[in-house]
Amino acid sequence: MSNAFAFELRLYVAGQTERSLAACANLKRICETHLAGQYRIEIIDLTKNPKLAAGDQIFALPTLVRRLPKPVKKIIGDLSNEERVLVGLDVRPV
Amino acid sequence: MLAMEFLVRGATQYGEPGVFMMFEESAAELATNVRSLGFDLEKLAAQKKLLLDHVHIERSEIEETGEYDLEGLFIRLDHAVKSIGAKRVVLDTVEALFSGLPNHAILRAELRRLFRWLKDHGLTAVITGERGEQSLTRYGLEEYVADCVITLDQRIHEQISTRRLRVLKYRGSAHGMNEYPFLIGERGISVLPITSLRLDNQVSAKRIPTGIARLDEMLGGKGVFRGSSVLVSGSPGTGKSSVGATFIDAACRRGERVLLFAYEESSAQIVRNMGSIGIDLEPWVKKGLLQIHSSRPTLHGLEQHLVMMHDAVSGFHPSVVVVDPISNLSLDRSASEVKPTLMRLIDFLKQQQITTLFTSLTAGGAETPEDSQFGVSSLMDTWLLLRNVEFNGERNRTIYVLKSRGMAHSNQVREFVLSDNGIDLVDVYLGAERVLTGTARVAQEELERAVAVLRDEDHQRKLGQLASRQKAIEARIAALRAEAEVEAVEVAFTIARETSQQRTARQSTDVMAQLRGADKTGGSRKDEKR
Repeated sequence: MSNAFAFELRLYVAGQTERSLAACANLKRICETHLAGQYRIEIIDLTKNPKLAAGDQIFALPTLVRRLPKPVKKIIGDLSNEERVLVGLDVRPV
Repeated sequence: MLAMEFLVRGATQYGEPGVFMMFEESAAELATNVRSLGFDLEKLAAQKKLLLDHVHIERSEIEETGEYDLEGLFIRLDHAVKSIGAKRVVLDTVEALFSGLPNHAILRAELRRLFRWLKDHGLTAVITGERGEQSLTRYGLEEYVADCVITLDQRIHEQISTRRLRVLKYRGSAHGMNEYPFLIGERGISVLPITSLRLDNQVSAKRIPTGIARLDEMLGGKGVFRGSSVLVSGSPGTGKSSVGATFIDAACRRGERVLLFAYEESSAQIVRNMGSIGIDLEPWVKKGLLQIHSSRPTLHGLEQHLVMMHDAVSGFHPSVVVVDPISNLSLDRSASEVKPTLMRLIDFLKQQQITTLFTSLTAGGAETPEDSQFGVSSLMDTWLLLRNVEFNGERNRTIYVLKSRGMAHSNQVREFVLSDNGIDLVDVYLGAERVLTGTARVAQEELERAVAVLRDEDHQRKLGQLASRQKAIEARIAALRAEAEVEAVEVAFTIARETSQQRTARQSTDVMAQLRGADKTGGSRKDEKR
C-alpha cells in the first residue's frame, strides 16, 4: 500500500443524529484499527448538501461509500457490526 | 405509464410540477420510452416542470451493518420537490427497494413514514407496484397508501389482448366499480367507461340532410335528426358504403367535420372508389374536414377499437361519424359482448351530439330476414335497409326505411341507382301484382307508355270522327236551309204570280165588260162566259 489514500471513504449522514454520530465514531475506530494511515474519510451531511445524494445513489442513511479502491461499495447502517464493515470494505481483519 | 401521464399532464395542463422518482429505469431510458406517447420529458425538465430522479440500487454493492433508515431517500425527494415546487410525486416502482435491501422490517417502517411525509407535504403521489399472487401488490404496499387503488391488467381473449383498468377503492369518492378497457395510444392513455350511467343525452330537433334528396323525402322530407344514429344494413354489394360516402360528402359540403372509420378499405381506396360514383372525397381530406381512419378490425380488441374511436373523436371533434362497417368489428366475438360495447360508443357519440352512420353487413342474398346482427338495431334511431332484388336475371338495389324514430317516414320501397352522379332513388313500378325494378321496371314502363300512346291515338281518331260528323251535319243543315229558302222564294213567286194573274184577270174582265157595255153589277155572269 504505497498510496497513502488507498482507501477513499465517504460517509453520508443526515444531521447530528445519534445514529450519525455512532456511525462516525464506529468508522473512525475501525479505520484506525485496521487501515491506519491508508485512508481518508469525507463526511457529508446531506441535510446541508442534499444535491450530493444523487451522485452516489444514496437512499438509506447512514451510508458509507468506498470510492477507492474500485469497485465502489456501499455499506449502509450505523457500522456497529465491525466484521460486516470489514467484509464490506474488503479488508481482512488483522 | 399511467403514473407518467399523471405527472406530465399535471405539469403541462394543471401547472403542477412533478417529481418522478424511478427505481427501475434510468432517466434516459424513461425519456426514450415515453417519447412514443408524445411526451417530451427533456423539455419539461428544462422548464423545471418535471424532475426525474433515478434511484439506482445495486444489490451487490450494498452491505448492511447495523441500523439505518431511508433518510437519504427523503432528503433526495425533499430536495427534488423543493427545487421545482412540485405538487405531484411518482414513485416507480418503490418495491424495487425490497429486492435491493434485505431488511424488510426497516423498509416497511420507512415507507410508512414516507407516505406520511408525502401527505404532510401536501403532495399527491402515485406509487406503482407489481401485482402479487395473493395480495394486490407483491409486498402488500396497499396497506400503507390506499387512498385510491387502481389495478391494471392485460387479458388475452381470442388472441387479442386488451388492457383493462379498475378502480378498486377510492376513499371519499363515488367511483365506477367496473373494469374499463384502456389504450395506450399516441396521445397517452385513454379510458372508455363501460356504459353511460343514465340516458340523459340532449336531443336536437334539427334535421340534417343525408345527401340523397329522395331519401330525405322518404324520411319525412328533411333527413335525419342531428345527433341521431343511423344504421344502414344490407347484404354485400347493396351500396352501404356509397350511402355512407354520400352522407360524408353532404356533411363536408355543409362545412362540418367528419370522421370515417373504415374497416374494409384503405383511405386511398375509398377515395378512388367513391370517385367512380361521382363523389370526390379528396378535397375534404385535404381541407381537413374529413379524417379517415382505416385499420383492420383484428388490429385491436373490440374495446380497444372503441377506445381508439373515442380518442380520435375527442381529438378531431367531428359532427358526423361514419363507421363502415360495424359488423366487421364483431369478428369472432359473441353478440353479448358486441352489443354493450356498441352501446357505449353510441352513448358516447350521442352525448357529443354527433350524428352517426353505421353500416352493417347482413349475411345472405335477397331473401335476407330483417334481423341485423347483434340486435344493434334497437340502439339505432333510423334504420335503412338496402336489399338486392333478384328478378328476371338481374340484381337490383332497393332501399327502404325500416324505422325512423320521431318522424313520419315513407313506407315505400325505392329503387336505388348508382350512377356517375352519385346515388339516385327511382320510384319502383308499383303494379297491381308486384314491385318491379331494373329493366323489368323499364320494360313495364315502356309497355305502359305504348299502351298510353295507342289510347291517345284512339282518342284522336274518335275526336276526328266526331268533328267530321259535326261538319257533315252542319252541311246538311246548310243544304236544308238553302232548300227552305228556295221553297220560300218559290212560294213567294207563286203568290206574286197568282196575285198578278188575278189582277190582270179582273182588269181584263173589266175591260171586256166595258167593251160589252155590261152594267156595272153584272160581274156574276162573267164566269159563265169563260
